[in-house]
Amino acid sequence: MTFGTPEMLAVLPELVVMGMALGLLVLDLYLRPDQRGITFALAVATLAVAAVLAAVLVPGEARTLLNGQFLHDRLGAVLKVFLLGGTALALIYGRRPLQRLAMYRGELFILMLLASAGMMLMASAGTLLMAYLGLELMSLSLYTMIAMDRDSIPATEGAVKYFLLGSLASGILLYGLSLVFGASGSLALDEIAAHAARAGVSDPLLVLGGVFVAIGLAFKLGAVPFHMWIPDVYHGSPSPVTVVLASTSKLAAFALLMRLLVGGLGPMAEQWQVIAGALAVLSLVVGNVVAIAQTAIKRMLAYSAIAHVGFLLIGLASAPTSGYMAPVLYMLLYTLMGAAAFGIVSMLDRDEAPARTIDDFAGLSRTHPWTAFLMLILMFALAGVPPTGGFMAKLYVFQAAVEADLVWLAVFGVLMAVIGAFYYLRVVKAMYFDPPERTLGPVGDRVAQGAVSVNALAVLGLGILPGPLVELSLFAVAGI
Amino acid sequence: MISLGHYLVLGAILFAIGVMGIFLNRKNVITLLMAIELILLAVNLNFVAFSQHLDSLAGQVFVFFILTVAAAEAAVGLAILVLFFRNRRSIDVDDINYLKG
Repeated sequence: MTFGTPEMLAVLPELVVMGMALGLLVLDLYLRPDQRGITFALAVATLAVAAVLAAVLVPGEARTLLNGQFLHDRLGAVLKVFLLGGTALALIYGRRPLQRLAMYRGELFILMLLASAGMMLMASAGTLLMAYLGLELMSLSLYTMIAMDRDSIPATEGAVKYFLLGSLASGILLYGLSLVFGASGSLALDEIAAHAARAGVSDPLLVLGGVFVAIGLAFKLGAVPFHMWIPDVYHGSPSPVTVVLASTSKLAAFALLMRLLVGGLGPMAEQWQVIAGALAVLSLVVGNVVAIAQTAIKRMLAYSAIAHVGFLLIGLASAPTSGYMAPVLYMLLYTLMGAAAFGIVSMLDRDEAPARTIDDFAGLSRTHPWTAFLMLILMFALAGVPPTGGFMAKLYVFQAAVEADLVWLAVFGVLMAVIGAFYYLRVVKAMYFDPPERTLGPVGDRVAQGAVSVNALAVLGLGILPGPLVELSLFAVAGI
Repeated sequence: MISLGHYLVLGAILFAIGVMGIFLNRKNVITLLMAIELILLAVNLNFVAFSQHLDSLAGQVFVFFILTVAAAEAAVGLAILVLFFRNRRSIDVDDINYLKG
C-alpha cells in the first residue's frame, strides 16, 4: 500500500477542510469572545479555498484512489464545488441570525466544516464504507448544530426528531448495504456494479439489499412516505442551520444516491426506476397539497422541499434512458434556490421571535423593497415560472420524462407544479399587496445581503441563460 | 451445523424488532435509542456472518467502524435528549409534540 503525491493531491480539498476544522478547534480556544469573527472568516475562507481546489483538481477521467475508497471523478468535483459553496453561503447568511441566537460560536463553525467534510466524502465515496462514514459525519454534525440552540423547545425537539429518524434511516440504509455486501462479496462500488450486471434480479439478496438502500435514501432525501421528519425539523431548527439542511445536505443525499444507486446498483436501474416513479408521484401530491394549508413560512418551504424531491425523482425515474443531466441540473439549481430562500427567511427573523408566518411578510415590498424583490424571484423560481432558473430545471426534467416514454409522469408533474404555484404566490401577494403589519428585523449585514443578492440573481440569470449550468451538468455526468 | 441462513434470519428478526420498537413504542425515548442500537447490531451480525461466509475481512472491518460510529451516535443522541429534558421536563414520546401542522 503506497500513498503517492497524486493520490494526496486528489483528496486535497477534503484534507484542507478537515485539517482546518481541527486547527480552528484549537485556535478558537485562544480567542476572546469578541474575536469570534476570526474563526468565522477562517471557516468561510476554508470552504471557499476547498471549493476552488475541488474545481481546479477536476480529473480528466474517473480514477479510484486510496485502495478504491475514494472515487475521483467529474461528478464528485462538480457536486463538491456546490456543496462547499452552498455551505459557505449558509455561513455568510447566518452571521447576524447566529449572533441573535447566541450561536455565533467557534463550535458551530467547526461543525459546519465537519459536516462539509462528510458531504464531500459522500460525493466521492468509492466503497460502501466511505459512503456510510461520510453520511454519519454529516448527520452527527447536523444533529449537534440544531441542538446548539439549547434553550429553545422547538430546536431541541427538532433535534430529537431529526436524530431518531436520521438514525433509523441510517440503520435501514446500513442493513441494505450489509445485504448488498453479502450478495456481491465486495464493498467496492465498481465490483458491486459488476456483480449486479451479472446477477441482476436473479440474486434475491441483492434485490432485497437494493430495496433497503432505496428506502434509506428516500428517508434522507425526504421523499413521501418517508418525509414526516422534514417539516418538523426544518421548522424547529434555528434558521441558519435550516439553510444547510435544505440546500447542501439535500445535495449530499443526492450525491450519495448517485454513488449507491447509479454507481453501485446502476445495472438494476430498471427496477429502482419504478420505485423512483412511485415515490415521485406520492411526493408531488403530498408536498404540494399539504403546503397549501401551511401558515408558517418554514413549514411551507419544507413541504415545498418535499415537492421538489418529487420533481427530482421524475428526473431520476427517466434518467436510465434519457441521461442523468436533468436530475443533476435540477438538484444544483434547487441547492441555489433553497439556500437563498431559507437564507432570506433566516435573515428576516425579528429580534424577539423568528419570522414564523407568511403574514409576517405582509408589506415587505414597502419596508424592504430589494429583499422583497429577491424573495419574489425565488418564489417564482421555486414555483417554476419563466424566465427563472426553476423553470429551466423543471423543463429539462419534464423533457427527460417525455424522452423516457413517461409522458404521464411529465403531465402529472406539470399539473402539480400548477397547484404548487398557488402557495408560492401567496407569499408574493403578502409581500406586494398586503399592508405592512409588523416590521421585520434588520436584514443581515452588508456581505450577507450582497451574497444573497448574487445568489438570487444567479437563479434568475440561469433561467435566462441556462447554457453554463446545462454544460456543467453534462460535463458532470459525462462519465456515467 | 449453524449455516449462513441461520445468522441472516437472526439478523432479520433483530432488525424487525428494532424497527417495530421505533414505530410501536409510545413510552419513552430511551427505548427508541435502544431500538436503534438493536438495528445496528442486526447489521453487524449480518456483516460478520457474510464476512465469515465469503472469507473476506472487509465485512469485519466495516463492523468496527459501525461500532465506533454507534458509540458516537449514542453520545450525541443522549446529549440531545438531556437538552430536551431540560426544556420539557419529560422524555415521553407523547411529549414530543410541540412541532406539528
